[in-house]
Amino acid sequence: MKIHYGTALAAVALVAVHILFRLTQGFAESLQYESVIANYQFLPYAGMLEIILILLSIHGFNGLRTILIELKQGHSYEKAVTYGCIAAMAAVILYGSRTIFMTSVGMI
Amino acid sequence: MATVDENKEGIKGMANPLRYGIERVAYWLMRLTGLGLLAYFVAHIYETSMILKGKAGWDEFLTLTQTTEGHIILALVIGMCVFHTVNGIRVMLGHGGIGVGTPGRADYPYIPRSQNYRHKITIYSAIVLAAIAMMYGLAVMFGE
Amino acid sequence: MAQTSSLAEEKTSSLAFSSRTITLRVAKFNPKTDHEKKWIDFQIPYQKWTTVLDAILEAKKYLDHSIAVRYSCRQATCGSCGMIINGRPRLACFTKISELNSDVVTVEPMKNFPIIRDLTVSFDRLFKTHNSLKPFIIREDSDIPEKASELLQTPEELEKYIQFANCIKCGLCNSACPTMATDSSFIGPQALAQAYRYIADNRDKGKDDRLKIIDDSHGIWRCHFAGSCSQVCPKGVDPAMGIQLLRGYLLGFRS
Repeated sequence: MKIHYGTALAAVALVAVHILFRLTQGFAESLQYESVIANYQFLPYAGMLEIILILLSIHGFNGLRTILIELKQGHSYEKAVTYGCIAAMAAVILYGSRTIFMTSVGMI
Repeated sequence: MATVDENKEGIKGMANPLRYGIERVAYWLMRLTGLGLLAYFVAHIYETSMILKGKAGWDEFLTLTQTTEGHIILALVIGMCVFHTVNGIRVMLGHGGIGVGTPGRADYPYIPRSQNYRHKITIYSAIVLAAIAMMYGLAVMFGE
Repeated sequence: MAQTSSLAEEKTSSLAFSSRTITLRVAKFNPKTDHEKKWIDFQIPYQKWTTVLDAILEAKKYLDHSIAVRYSCRQATCGSCGMIINGRPRLACFTKISELNSDVVTVEPMKNFPIIRDLTVSFDRLFKTHNSLKPFIIREDSDIPEKASELLQTPEELEKYIQFANCIKCGLCNSACPTMATDSSFIGPQALAQAYRYIADNRDKGKDDRLKIIDDSHGIWRCHFAGSCSQVCPKGVDPAMGIQLLRGYLLGFRS
C-alpha cells in the first residue's frame, strides 16, 4: 500500500510539470513534431518522463490488480492476476522506455 | 464439498454508487476514473511511440487525436485525473487516520464521525475542480 | 408476479384501526426448494410508531405464517433483525414505516450472507471472522493471582474504544460493504472494527497478534474507505473510523 501511495504522490507532482509544459508552450505548438523532439532531447525532461512512466505503470496496474483480486478469489487466480499485472507493467514500461530512449538519443 | 451460495451482491453491488451517500459515490468514481486513466495511459504510451515513425507518422496520428472527439476524450481524461488526484489525497489522508474524527461515546441518533463534513466537502470539491479543469481544458483545446 | 393478501375483516390486529396502509413486499425464498425468490405483497395497516418488524410480524401472524424472520429484543440491542429494507441494510425493529416515506416497503434478506430461508440469513462467516480476530482481552497475567484487584482504566482510556464495544454483530456493515459484495475472503468491517476495539483497549496486550492477522491481502488492505459500513451501523460503532485508525498501526503512523 505504501508503494501505491508513494507512486501516487510522486506522479502527481511530475505529471503537473508535464502538463505545464504543454500549457506554457501553447497546446497546439507543443504537439508539433519538432517541439516534441526538442522536449525528448532535453535530457532532464526525458528523465522525468521515464520516471512518470514507471510511477504510473506501477500505480495503475497495482490498482487494476486490487480490483481484479476483489472480484474473484482463489490461489491460482490471484497468482495469475498478480503476475499478469506485473507483466503488463513491465511491457508498458519497456515499450515507453524504448520511445523515450530512441527519441532522446536521436535514433529516429 | 458443496459450495454455499453466499448471496453476494456481486459487481452490481460493488458498482452501485447510490443508497449510501456521497462517500460511496466517491468510491465508485475513484474506481471508474482509475480504470479510465489506466486505459488512457496505455493508449498515450502507444500514441507517443508514433514519434519513432518520423514526422509523417507523427502528423498522421495527430489527425486522429486532434479532432473534436479527441479533444472531448482528452477533456474527460483531464476531469478524471483531477478527481482521482483530489479524492486520492483525501483517501490517503483518511487511511492515515486524518480527518476521520476521534473515538468517543456514541449516542442517538448515532451519526458516524468519520462521515463528516470535511470528507463530504473534499469530495464535492474534487467534483467541482474536475469540472473546472475540464472546462479550462476545453477552452484551451477549442480556443486554438 | 407478486401475490397480494390483506387482513380479513374478522381477524383483529393491534394495527387494524389505522386508516393508513402500506404494501409490505416480502422476498420469499427457500434455497432447498426454490430456484429464484418470489415477492409476496401484504396490505398492512400502520400507525406513526409502527416499525417494519411490527409489520412483518402482523403479516406472519395473520396472513402468511410461513414467513421466516429472525428477531428478538425489538429494541436494537440484539442485532437479530437485520435485513434489506427499501434497498438499504437496516434493523427492522429500529426502522419506522413512517420514516421510509414510501407506500411500498420492500424487505429482503441481507446481502453477502447465505440465505437460510426468506428473511433469515446464516451468520457463520461473520462469527468465524469475528472469532479469528481474538475478540477478548489478551494479557500475559491472565491467570488471576490471589489478592488481585480490577484492571484500572481512566475515563479517557475508556473513551478511546467504548464506541467500538457497542457492536451488536447485526451484520449490516458487512451487508453494505462494497468489498464484501465481491470478495469472499475479505475479513469484513465488523471484524476489523472489533480488532481496533481490542487494540485500543489499554488492558489488552495482543496488538501484534491481531495486526499479524489483519495484515493480509484480504485483510485490512481490501478496505477502501467507502464508508458504507458506518452509514448503516445502527449503534454508532463507525467501523470505517476504527479501520482507518487501525491502518495507522500498519503504516507506521501509530505505535
